[in-house]
Amino acid sequence: MENKTEINAKGKKGTEALLKVEDLSLSFIQYASGLRQTELKVICNLSIQANRGEILAVVGSSGSGKSLLAHAILGILPSNAKLDGKIEYDGQELTQKNKEDLRGKEIALVPQSVTYLDPLMKISNQVIGAVEEGKEGLMKKLQREIFQKYDLKPDVERMFPHELSGGMARRVLVSTAVMSSAKLIIADEPTPGLDEKTLNETLSYFKDMANKGCAVMLITHDIEAALKISDKIAVFYAGTVLEVANVKDFKNDGENLRHPYTRALWNALPQNKFQAIKGHQPMQDEVVDGCIFYERCSKKNELCSKGIPQFKKVNGGVVRCNNVS
Amino acid sequence: MLDNAKIPGFIGKKILRLISLLLVVSFISFMLVQYSPIDPVRAYLGEMAVSAEHKEKLEEYWGVNTPPQEKFLNWAGSLLKGDFGVSLIYRVPVTDVIKERFTASLALMASSWLISGILGFVLGIAAGMHKGTLFDRAIKTYCYILTATPTFWLALILLMIFSVQLGWFPIGLSVPIGVTAENVTFFDRIEHLILPALTLSILGVAQIAMFTREKLIEVMSSDYVLFAKARGEKGLDLVLRHGIRNVALPAITLQFLSFSELFGGTVLVEQVFSYQGIGLATVAAGLKSDVPLLLGIVLISAVFVFVGNLIADIIYEFIDPRIKQQESTI
Repeated sequence: MENKTEINAKGKKGTEALLKVEDLSLSFIQYASGLRQTELKVICNLSIQANRGEILAVVGSSGSGKSLLAHAILGILPSNAKLDGKIEYDGQELTQKNKEDLRGKEIALVPQSVTYLDPLMKISNQVIGAVEEGKEGLMKKLQREIFQKYDLKPDVERMFPHELSGGMARRVLVSTAVMSSAKLIIADEPTPGLDEKTLNETLSYFKDMANKGCAVMLITHDIEAALKISDKIAVFYAGTVLEVANVKDFKNDGENLRHPYTRALWNALPQNKFQAIKGHQPMQDEVVDGCIFYERCSKKNELCSKGIPQFKKVNGGVVRCNNVS
Repeated sequence: MLDNAKIPGFIGKKILRLISLLLVVSFISFMLVQYSPIDPVRAYLGEMAVSAEHKEKLEEYWGVNTPPQEKFLNWAGSLLKGDFGVSLIYRVPVTDVIKERFTASLALMASSWLISGILGFVLGIAAGMHKGTLFDRAIKTYCYILTATPTFWLALILLMIFSVQLGWFPIGLSVPIGVTAENVTFFDRIEHLILPALTLSILGVAQIAMFTREKLIEVMSSDYVLFAKARGEKGLDLVLRHGIRNVALPAITLQFLSFSELFGGTVLVEQVFSYQGIGLATVAAGLKSDVPLLLGIVLISAVFVFVGNLIADIIYEFIDPRIKQQESTI
């Protein structure tokens, strides 16, 4: 089965979308004062696509709703969440029921920290997860192989999560995804607080998965880390994706980048111009009529304040901006 | 896996604490009896008329004219030699009274402790799993009502329904009336135990159920349960795998910490059912100024509650793997 996936992936690398998200909107119903309900929009009109054998990085600042995107795909949102739009996996629409059937098998999450492990359960039991009776032996063998591959010593199996070091925890979390032999890997902020060596090591695990034919969605605020291994970068801003660019577009002064925000992000890096732009992301309860980046944009014109710009295909990427051609 | 270096210090600290606790508790109880307005001789005699000479003898027996400090020191001195003294009202050694009464109460406390613990835990888990549903609200309401229910009142209600009206259980006492001790069967004892134990169990459920419910809700909204869901775990299996595991330890700890309430409840319940246990003996000793017996009971019950807390501490410090780690990193 794994072989088949590999062949498939090699044949279709970069061409076939495994996950398609179209016009996704996510809001939370909240009770404001008294019994009045308000809707808090956290993601609006978001569209992205993750291809087999590729790494798609979703880059955006903290609090922009990136993790919620992952939770929406996995169907683990809280009960007051309202989801609109379409999510397709392998050509099939993902309903809540489908998500429940697929998660852990076809779609795997690599969580951001060790708090996502049960504090009172031994590591090996968690990596193996809940398995059907009779399969434990087989899974145990697989887990040992994976641990060996990731250079985790046998005694890690018997440890509790709090006994793991940062690097070990990272490898354990990644191995939970490898265990499942999932085809879509969603990694939610897998790199913060890691030293250079561990960071590169962690990133290489995801590269490996992509090379094996998995579609990897790397959710991060670390654009540098994303640039190291990704094929495409989706720039997430205030609950939506403004641009999906190829990694090679990020060079020089960012003249190949399509959206002003992406360029600003690129130029804000210390090794580039180290320039910040003014303003902040609109708050979730602010109603923005036009382009969501309007307030901070240097190229805005009258059209930009009226209606959300449509996606345009430019130079092998897509962008939501009126001012590119 | 026990951290051996920690044990001597732990034991030393606990012993020191127990000794100081016993000292303070016995002193305070003694002072309370000493300054209680009850005249032990009058209480003993009731309406009986006696000669002045006879009364003097009784006063000497009860130690009415002995100075309090001398009385306390006498008692403490013989206690250090292992002698708890002789009960003034029962006229047998205090240790014998306590042994007999405590055994009867222990059966009552142990059974209600176990039943309330298990039932409360199960109800709490069930309510927490179905948070917000009618079922959850029913359990919550039940718990709130129970928390507000006085023990003696519930005991009276149960007594009225099951003993007086239905006649299923005896009205009171811990053994049948008019039967010699050798002829009391195990079944007799159980029959007398059921209603008092039921009262204590019903009341004990509330605290543990509410706690378990809160804790389970907290665990189920944790990151690790979210991740388990993302990996395809769901339903009862998810609760069993992660929920119970993380709720059990704090719940068991809480149940051990409730020894003091258990003891307090026992005193009240025994009073209503005239159950011949340690609670009734306490009340009798207090009302009739039986100082040796009262102090003996106070010491034993203090040790009893202390042991409950000690077990909770041991669970906390030596069994929870997370605490061990924190200690070793300091």
